Amino acid sequence: MDLELSDTLQTVVDGLSEDFTDSFIEVYQSSGDTFIRVEADANIEICRYLKREHHFIYLSDVFGTDRFTSEERFEVIYNLFSMRDQERLFLKVRLPEENPAVSSVTSIWTSASWMEREAYDMFGIEFTDHPDFRRIYMPEDFDYYPLRKEFPLLGIPGSIDLPSSTPDTE
Amino acid sequence: MDTKHIKDQVDPKFFKEHQHKLYQALEDKHTTLEMLEDDDPLNTKMVLNMGPQHPATHGVLRLILQLNGELIEKAKVDIGYLHRGVEKIAENKTYQEFMPYTDRMDYLSPYSNNVALCTAVEKIANVEVPERAHYIRMIGCELARLTSHLIWLGTLIMDAGAVSYFIWAFREREKLHDIFDHLTGHRFTVSHSRIGGVHNDITDTAMALIKEFVDTFPQELKDWHMTLDRNRIFYDRNRGAGVLKTEDALNSGAAGPTLRGSGYAYDMRKVAPYARYDEVEFEVPTRLEGDNLARYYVRMEEMHESIRIIRQCLDKLPKGPVRADNAKQAYPSKDEVYYSMEGMIHDFMMTDTGICPPDGAEAYHAVEAAKGELGYFIQSDGTGHPWRLKINSPSFKNIQVLEDILEGEMVSDTVVIIGGVDPVMGECDK
Repeated sequence: MDLELSDTLQTVVDGLSEDFTDSFIEVYQSSGDTFIRVEADANIEICRYLKREHHFIYLSDVFGTDRFTSEERFEVIYNLFSMRDQERLFLKVRLPEENPAVSSVTSIWTSASWMEREAYDMFGIEFTDHPDFRRIYMPEDFDYYPLRKEFPLLGIPGSIDLPSSTPDTE
Repeated sequence: MDTKHIKDQVDPKFFKEHQHKLYQALEDKHTTLEMLEDDDPLNTKMVLNMGPQHPATHGVLRLILQLNGELIEKAKVDIGYLHRGVEKIAENKTYQEFMPYTDRMDYLSPYSNNVALCTAVEKIANVEVPERAHYIRMIGCELARLTSHLIWLGTLIMDAGAVSYFIWAFREREKLHDIFDHLTGHRFTVSHSRIGGVHNDITDTAMALIKEFVDTFPQELKDWHMTLDRNRIFYDRNRGAGVLKTEDALNSGAAGPTLRGSGYAYDMRKVAPYARYDEVEFEVPTRLEGDNLARYYVRMEEMHESIRIIRQCLDKLPKGPVRADNAKQAYPSKDEVYYSMEGMIHDFMMTDTGICPPDGAEAYHAVEAAKGELGYFIQSDGTGHPWRLKINSPSFKNIQVLEDILEGEMVSDTVVIIGGVDPVMGECDK
């Protein structure tokens, strides 16, 4: 596959394949964006490396995707931005269907906190060592992960208790 | 019963587990477990639950504040009260069908949301947009920025105590809605942008209205500057309130004017110019202080820059079609649909299947909406529906910042700080 990497991203890819030979899986481009896939257990070192050595100091987004019916079902994508070089890079890790878990990057970018909570809320992906790990949109009383492909579009009737519509009588 | 923990003292009426975890999170914050009753003989400590139904929280934002007298010691934010699951809905709609939902995301500047979705789809499906459509989109986006900033200005100053500004800002905003009415056919939720262009060309009336607005609005803005910049009450109320330090701003993920008010000129229009922003001249206003006053100046100057961009767009507006002339990529014009068989078939196919990006393609495209970087990430499986569509919304990130900057402030300043950060819950909760 031909890659048209900018100088900055080329140094990132070179650096990663040199320092993280074992955990660096692939690099590819799609519609002009560059994606790097790495092993899930190395994500925290690689994120720290990218921030320290390549100035990806702004974490734009963290989100999950459901690759339903594929081998490693869940994917967590980190949308990184380098302020110095004005470059965007996507870092991906893949997780198994059973108990998907990956280390939290909140120690590197504090902004990851809510984004990881959103990924957990929507896909049930566990982020270990997260300082405040709760659901974010749905209440804790809700038992499902709505963005998983098997969750029906219309929801599950009775899955959530609605507040009583009559005024409190005390 | 152990009365020393907050969560043991409250008796929530609904979402019991959720509420308990939330109060627990408030207690656990900064890892110092403080007991409410201990060392507090005067009973100055209390937990204040603000929202979700509170007029100053700009929608359905809920704050849990632990107060010591009037000082906020810790703050926790609870969101999700406007969660509609639009990302799930997107997976079950064609790209064009999904667009009306984007209007209802950041409902204060719907035009930018439409453009954000369309540019992302155009990027993943390689659609060429005609030159004129780019300029119309830029005009629409800048007008949308003005409507959003006008609401911000009106509500911020109303939160600070001056109600008349709300009326003045809305008077100007009304003119913008009239422009949108003529430009797009709708006043508020416009859905004007189309994949491959825009729905219709600028009409003469819309053009005249825009020109008139561009001529009269700067004077209005100048008057506002004169009454606000040196207004003792407004100045003192906002200076030093809700300080987000430059070194924290990036790390905590602020976006848009909140980030620029803390000193980073991060603007998608400059960083990765879309449409034709590389062909117009404008500045990215920034301030270093990071307080509410800095955000005020940034947004006021952005309004000046928006007017400047609209002026240049009107001068440069090229002639030509407003939508891509390719039946596989964009809707045919209504003339074709009504008077030719092919046109009708193409219209039907676009509505039924829609545009199909290549299988396995992924793309992220961000625009600078009024609140900050608004990005759409799309994964395609080759059908007319996105496999995954992720919306990277600026208000979500800014509300996360809010949780930190509220600490150490006075409880009376919370409404001003929320007003200064300017979140929109429709976008935050998705």
